[in-house]
Amino acid sequence: MIEIKDLHKSYKMGSNSLHVLKGINFSVEEGELVAIMGSSGSGKSTLLNILGMLDELDEGSYTLDNVAIKNLNETKAAQYRNKFLGFVFQSFNLINYKSAVENVALPLYYQRVGRKERQEKALKYLEQVGLKEWATHLPSELSGGQKQRVAIARAMAAEPKVLLADEPTGALDSTTSYEVMDLIQKINDAGNTILVVTHEEDIAQMCKRIVHLKDGVIVEDKKVEQVRASQYV
Amino acid sequence: MFDLERWQEIFDTIRKNKLRTFLTGLSVASGIFILVILLGFGQGMQNGVAKEFEQDASTSVWVWPGVTTKQYKGLNPGRRIQLRNENYDFAARLLEDEIENKSPRYFVRNASVNYGKESLAYGVQGVSHQFQFIENAYMSHGRFLNHSDEVHTAKVAVIGNKIKRDVFKDTLSPVGQFLKISGILFKIVGVYGDIGGEREEERIFIPITTAQKVFNGADYINNMSFTLPPAENFDAAVEQSIKFRNKIESYLKQVHKVAPDDTSAIQVFNPMEQAKRFYNLGLGINLFFWFVGICTIIAGVVGVSNIMLIVVKERTREIGIRKALGAKPWSVIGMILHESVFITAIAGFTGLIFSMSLLEIIGPHIEIDYIVNPSVNFNVALATVFVLIFAGAVAGFFPAWRAARIHVIDALKDE
Repeated sequence: MIEIKDLHKSYKMGSNSLHVLKGINFSVEEGELVAIMGSSGSGKSTLLNILGMLDELDEGSYTLDNVAIKNLNETKAAQYRNKFLGFVFQSFNLINYKSAVENVALPLYYQRVGRKERQEKALKYLEQVGLKEWATHLPSELSGGQKQRVAIARAMAAEPKVLLADEPTGALDSTTSYEVMDLIQKINDAGNTILVVTHEEDIAQMCKRIVHLKDGVIVEDKKVEQVRASQYV
Repeated sequence: MFDLERWQEIFDTIRKNKLRTFLTGLSVASGIFILVILLGFGQGMQNGVAKEFEQDASTSVWVWPGVTTKQYKGLNPGRRIQLRNENYDFAARLLEDEIENKSPRYFVRNASVNYGKESLAYGVQGVSHQFQFIENAYMSHGRFLNHSDEVHTAKVAVIGNKIKRDVFKDTLSPVGQFLKISGILFKIVGVYGDIGGEREEERIFIPITTAQKVFNGADYINNMSFTLPPAENFDAAVEQSIKFRNKIESYLKQVHKVAPDDTSAIQVFNPMEQAKRFYNLGLGINLFFWFVGICTIIAGVVGVSNIMLIVVKERTREIGIRKALGAKPWSVIGMILHESVFITAIAGFTGLIFSMSLLEIIGPHIEIDYIVNPSVNFNVALATVFVLIFAGAVAGFFPAWRAARIHVIDALKDE
């Protein structure tokens, strides 16, 4: 599904250049649930941004679902993001003046899905995350865990190839975190490919594979015995 | 533009950001409103000036003598100038080609006017038959004086509407009735009206020849008045009246031995020159109103741009989210511009309709001195609305464009 070869990325900081990713080789099969771990400054967010086409790579190659991702202009990148990727952010990033169902329907709007169908689909995904009865509520009326579930529903609504979650539990307490992880595991069980960036060991243990980044290189890449989050809920 | 989905998206956004929408709309609507009202009053002022000069024929020239203030050719100042028939006749002959109507005037002093047993207090003036056109008077009954009255020194009189209302209120028409002026019977042949108002309608006109002969006027006249033929345009009319004024002034000064720079011995009033001054004033005021109006519009545009900047800034994160979800840069720009153009258009037209209907409803009732029927050219007002919409779109474009180019990651970090 994802194929990365010899990826380099550096940032210009004035006259110096900061080499963040120093040759990453990494691939993800369909249906995997991968945790990317590392301390801050290890380059994990940069990697996720490149995977999410929010940032461009300097060197190397990136193939997503057999499509080479390179030299994208903004419009093309937006198209690919819409078609291939779903995002879940640490700070939820819901649009605050739109209700839960409207937030979920938004990626469908950019897929040019009709209003009625959008509404139906959005409700279906909200139901899957258990928030159907909260559909007309604004984000400000939801708890953190609920917000993240709406965000996950939104990411799933576009039916992406890969779900990218950047510290999805970073702003949540542990009980809520496990609820969210339980949801992510269930989505993964349904066959979706998911990448989770986290620095929490227990969250990483709930994935099927852990990739450790340090100073811009992968230092460890191991499969783990998945801990089911449902046992904590 | 005809994308129904986008319209729905925009209506959603507007519905959920009522205050923001309202404030943007208010600044636009009030800008247009103020501009239209100002322009309306500019026009009203011009109308008012025009009306103010309608009461006498606009090309009229009035000449009357005064007292000399300068010594000249051995004559002392303080000498009263007396115009005579010969002055009038000569001037009329000299300037024959430039005169349309002419009339000398003789005020009958200390005349007692009686109708039956009633004693009346109205001025009696001897004028020529052309005086009607100089005064811009219209006949409501009978006729004005005519040439034959003058030749035959007929004892006929024309009275003003107000006199008819005051004295002959029970009579259908006073024509054929007799007035006794200083004991002499004058037959009323007509009633005139004057748009200049009541003050102009309480005079009794009799033929100039009769006035001079019957009331010991000898060949004295108190003043003379003329109208000039209509000119092609306003400027030509002004020029013509100034030329005429200079000619008649220099002739009379010469013949009465008045110093050329003595302004009080011979006085000439010509409404055209006055009108020119007011007209220029009106133009100046209009220009000023335009200036203020355009400043208002600029303020409106700046307001719209400011609000657009704030809106874009406020929505940076939202734009980032939308882009992460697959919004293309142009769709982001389009969304913001579409919304701002829509709001400015609605607000602009609201302001336009509001101010236009205010002018339409209240305008015709406004009749203060120098302000009559303020109104505004609809096309001009419409054009300003479009200018405002266009300016708002341009002003909104740059922040929108910048926002669309912000990196998604940076946009999402924006708090």
